[in-house]
Amino acid sequence: MSTLEIRDLQVAVGDKAILKGVNLTVRSGETHAIMGPNGSGKSTLAYAIAGHPKYTITGGQVLLDGEDLLDMPVDERARAGLFLAMQYPVEVPGVSVSNFLRSAVTAVRGEAPKLREFTKELKGGMDNLAIDAAFAQRNLNEGFSGGEKKRHEILQLELLKPKIAVLDETDSGLDVDALRVVSEGINRFRESGDTGVLLITHYTRILRYVKPEFVHVFAAGKIVEEGGPELADRLESEGYERFVKASA
Amino acid sequence: MGLETKPLSTLHERASYEPADFEVPTGREEAWRFTPLRRLKGLHDGTAAGSGHVVVEVDPAPEVVVETVGRDDPRVGAAYVPRDRVSAQAYASFEKATVITVPAQAVASRPTTVTLRGQAEGSGEGAAYGHIVVKLEPLAELVLVLDHQGSAVYADNVEFVVGDGATLRVVSLQDWADDAVHVSHHHAQLGRDATFRSFVVTLGGDLVRLSPSVSYTGPGGDADLNGIYFVDGGQHLEHRLLVDHSVPNCRSNVTYKGALQGDGAHAVWIGDVVIRVEAEGTDTYELNRNLLLTDGARADSVPNLEILTGEVAGAGHASASGRLEDEHIFYLQARGIPFDEARRLVIQGFFGQMLEKIEVEEIRERVARAVEAELEK
Repeated sequence: MSTLEIRDLQVAVGDKAILKGVNLTVRSGETHAIMGPNGSGKSTLAYAIAGHPKYTITGGQVLLDGEDLLDMPVDERARAGLFLAMQYPVEVPGVSVSNFLRSAVTAVRGEAPKLREFTKELKGGMDNLAIDAAFAQRNLNEGFSGGEKKRHEILQLELLKPKIAVLDETDSGLDVDALRVVSEGINRFRESGDTGVLLITHYTRILRYVKPEFVHVFAAGKIVEEGGPELADRLESEGYERFVKASA
Repeated sequence: MGLETKPLSTLHERASYEPADFEVPTGREEAWRFTPLRRLKGLHDGTAAGSGHVVVEVDPAPEVVVETVGRDDPRVGAAYVPRDRVSAQAYASFEKATVITVPAQAVASRPTTVTLRGQAEGSGEGAAYGHIVVKLEPLAELVLVLDHQGSAVYADNVEFVVGDGATLRVVSLQDWADDAVHVSHHHAQLGRDATFRSFVVTLGGDLVRLSPSVSYTGPGGDADLNGIYFVDGGQHLEHRLLVDHSVPNCRSNVTYKGALQGDGAHAVWIGDVVIRVEAEGTDTYELNRNLLLTDGARADSVPNLEILTGEVAGAGHASASGRLEDEHIFYLQARGIPFDEARRLVIQGFFGQMLEKIEVEEIRERVARAVEAELEK
């Protein structure tokens, strides 16, 4: 049983305040969707929690099981059980997928997996996500299509088994087939045990496959409305217009 | 275009075996403006005493003929005429040359290693000069390793004569002690349909200035010039390439990558490619990348491409120098990988694709270990 507790989080980029006091609690077993218009600060929330150097924390706390993630370097946050699936995974030349995954799994689990078992685990994970076996030898994200990058993010999610996963617009840029494969991966992860999911999305489309219990609307750097799945349905029909106007 | 307004094709025109035919460099010349002349220990102005020693040992493949010859041997200086003062000084000053010959159609069954070991114990013991000729007769094949070690002030010229249809693969490893000074010209002359693969690895030395050049005597010549370097604080490692396409339908590809760390680490890469009027159908590309790992390091990277014919198959160049990307490190760290390991993975990745091109397995492993050791510093 794990809890991610975001308390009055305030974040700036340079001198510009982006997050203006975010409060949110995600417990394992729960799936929360954060929805909002472009530029509302959704991705900032994801990257600030993960510790991206571009974002400055100007106030608040992010507690994972009582420990403040904001006091930890990026890698320690990941080892503590936080995972961020990125909207735009970077290409890292010369670092192979298999080398990267083995290094990450070793770091997060605290010991190197046995090669034979890891190979088997990796193959199983790749089969589930319809990722070609040749992928393991390719350079990290280099020349991957949008869909391949997202499937690779979910492969990492399933291998690293975090306590809390933050998925930043994992659905963007995917066609329906790829969206289904990725959603199945997220659902496998949700069913695999004690995990919480914070799903950040602009569109309601993915929520047909990955059903949240809680929906939060984000506008101008904070949560402006909260509800159950019915709130997503309302956004589907009404759009974000009233939130954009209210915050303008 | 830097300080010079003269076309590239005229910069390398002067050639002579006599040091006196070249003015003593002052540092203002295009060819010398990046090199710290006072650290050359007199190699450039004739004040270096020729009292140093570099011992040359050859471990040849059985198919290869190795000779030590005097200055008057006709094969010496046949393919290459010095193009600067230090090169001419080396030519005028060496006593014995090493000539390595692979007979026509012979395929060397294992790598031939030439170890050049500087004998100086501390500086101030004077300069040493050398000359090596590697001659592949038609359709011969050879893998050659030049392994530079120890401490020395050393200037030399190396001639690679690659006969028609022959294939020469060379790894030149500059693994000198910290105080070594090495100024070297490597010239490859490619016959018809000849193949030349060069891999330069420069790690050691206080100052290394290596000038690999390629010329073609018949169509179909194919040259790949690859190099990596790792520059530490205070080191000056300079690579000056010249590919002179004067014959139709030849190919060249130049790829050099370097990493720099520490105060005063200085890398210089000059990539000159000339495609002359006659050289129709030339296909050439050159690339240099530098990774600056700390403040206080400096990389100068100057690709020059002069095309004098309208009919090329391909011609291009690229140069980029930059720091480790925060986004790369962040991505790896966000997966739990600690900073130091993330940094090592990204740097190994930067070099990794290069190391795969080293044809000799023992050397490839040795270079991989050396790069690893540099990262531990």
